[in-house]
Amino acid sequence: MKHRTFLWFILPSLSAMVLFIALPIVSVFVQSLFVAHDQVLVVTENCGPFGCKQTTTVDQEATRALKEAAPLGKFNGFETYTNRGHLALAEVSQAWRSATGIGDFVSQVLNLPFYRAVAFTLSYTFVVTPFVILLGLAVALGVNSLPRAIKGPTIFVSLLPMIVTPLIGSLILFWMIDSRGLIGATLQIVFDDPDLSLKASPTLTWITLFVYGVWHSAPFSFIVFYAGLQTVPQDTLEAAMIDGATRWQRLRYVVVPYMTPLVTFITLMQLMDNFRVFEPIVGFSAQASATSLSYIIYNDLRGGDSQLFGSAAATSMLTILGVAVLLLPVLIRTWREFNRKPV
Amino acid sequence: MTPSSQNRSRGLVILSTSFVALWLLIAAVPFLWTLWGSFKVQGDFFSKSDWTYALYGVRTLAETGATFTGQGYHGAWIEQEFWRATLNTGIVVFFTVIISLTLGTLGGYALARSGYKYAFWILMAALVFRAMPHITLVSGYLLPFFEWNLWGHLPTTIIVLVAINQPFTLWMLHSFFLNIPKDMDESAMVDGCTRFQAFRHVIIPVMWPGVITTGLFSFLLAYNDFAVTAMLLSQENQTMVPKIASFLGTTQVEGNVMFAVAAVVSATAPLFALVMMFQRQIVSGLTAGAVKG
Repeated sequence: MKHRTFLWFILPSLSAMVLFIALPIVSVFVQSLFVAHDQVLVVTENCGPFGCKQTTTVDQEATRALKEAAPLGKFNGFETYTNRGHLALAEVSQAWRSATGIGDFVSQVLNLPFYRAVAFTLSYTFVVTPFVILLGLAVALGVNSLPRAIKGPTIFVSLLPMIVTPLIGSLILFWMIDSRGLIGATLQIVFDDPDLSLKASPTLTWITLFVYGVWHSAPFSFIVFYAGLQTVPQDTLEAAMIDGATRWQRLRYVVVPYMTPLVTFITLMQLMDNFRVFEPIVGFSAQASATSLSYIIYNDLRGGDSQLFGSAAATSMLTILGVAVLLLPVLIRTWREFNRKPV
Repeated sequence: MTPSSQNRSRGLVILSTSFVALWLLIAAVPFLWTLWGSFKVQGDFFSKSDWTYALYGVRTLAETGATFTGQGYHGAWIEQEFWRATLNTGIVVFFTVIISLTLGTLGGYALARSGYKYAFWILMAALVFRAMPHITLVSGYLLPFFEWNLWGHLPTTIIVLVAINQPFTLWMLHSFFLNIPKDMDESAMVDGCTRFQAFRHVIIPVMWPGVITTGLFSFLLAYNDFAVTAMLLSQENQTMVPKIASFLGTTQVEGNVMFAVAAVVSATAPLFALVMMFQRQIVSGLTAGAVKG
């Protein structure tokens, strides 16, 4: 295809991506260098019969004028990145010096908001992803051996957790794990503990969120594996059987190797999706015990009276950096493959 | 039936079937439970004394005189004007899907037919963009949108969703167009068509299965979005998902939770219908990128 024609075909799509994905990243970077203006304070002296008193008030007029003149705020350089809400360099080095051991240091660092969010985001990503793959494969193997007539309805039901809006899905589970809901009440009976609440302890909240994550994403890997199973050549399976391979050996040495490219695909998709975990934290009202990177950005942007654009932008930049690191191996591999094949 | 599955031992069949049955329970019960419970009062749905109240509607009978009540739905749809949010969702989703598909078809076709290096780089950039958490982009939009008075309107949100949708749409349609043989449009061009005419008369008539599948996923993305719609829409333009979130924000007055439950069920119903109608396309779409490697 000629360069010119190519350009005309791709232009609308490309300009949408440049305007609303690439430029916003630039905008995020610029915003992250600024912080909100200080409020303009006026000191007035009131002199009465009992002497003079100084009162400090906020000059609303001047503050607003300042905001309008420079909506970005005042220049702050990379200060936002290093403050307590983000990389917290001062606090971390303080913790390093005062900590009694590695455990103490880690627990001090994990009390800082940014590192807490990083810890949860990474745990969520790296716990949920393998479980999604295993559960998906297990369900796919199970469904594959069902009679043909009930496969359709089974797939329909299996798709539901994935297709449902993440916020809605997490709300539905949240209501069920309420101590007055179906799962919550059952767990209280099973563990014989009337005060058991999945919402109270941070550990249980984390586990709940992981379970939600697996429930939500398992259908995706199930469908991919199920479609993959249809393409496993029957000849190879039969040959293995004739050679005396047991059922387990056939699974291990014929089916699983066929699934390996699918595992790579699912892992890539899941890493991308789980890294931005956000809605479940809102749905489960879990922000007290678990925050993710996306959640703290949302929290800064929503913030009551004043939105903390600078802070949100700095976290966003760090998140984008994280995504880049996560994708780097994939990109390098794809690039190598691309260079290898003749154009 | 595959030969290997015919001679399975009875024990294994029972094991695998009961595993699938367990999975189906885990997948379906939350929805059934919520659907059933949405017709009860809060005292039953969250029953302090006995969770079976939610099944039989004991308190519902005492409070309303029947075992089923539409109070939650009435509250959500009429008192809290959920119909407005439904309408907004309809508008946003419809235009997002139409515009995404138009842009994506043109772009995906070009990417599939161009052998140059830059096409590869555009695809790689799209992959990186696809991985971008949406909320980080939103934090880039907010301040400029406030400044230019673009914040809060439906068209702004539609355009943003279209853009966020593009990387995915491009990838999917790109791999779909790769499957349409090159000879088709090239022979049309030998016969004197321009590239665009070849696209118009040869490609468009055969592209619909791929476009419908991609459209379904664009629909899901726009319909399920929370990060963008919650941050970029004003109160009166809210779509369903942020509206449901705002039900939860308002103080948990008796009954108010049931509004949210009813709204949740209402918002899930179209998704169920969608899966029922387009199950095959969804399955093929999910696997399109994967099976080919």
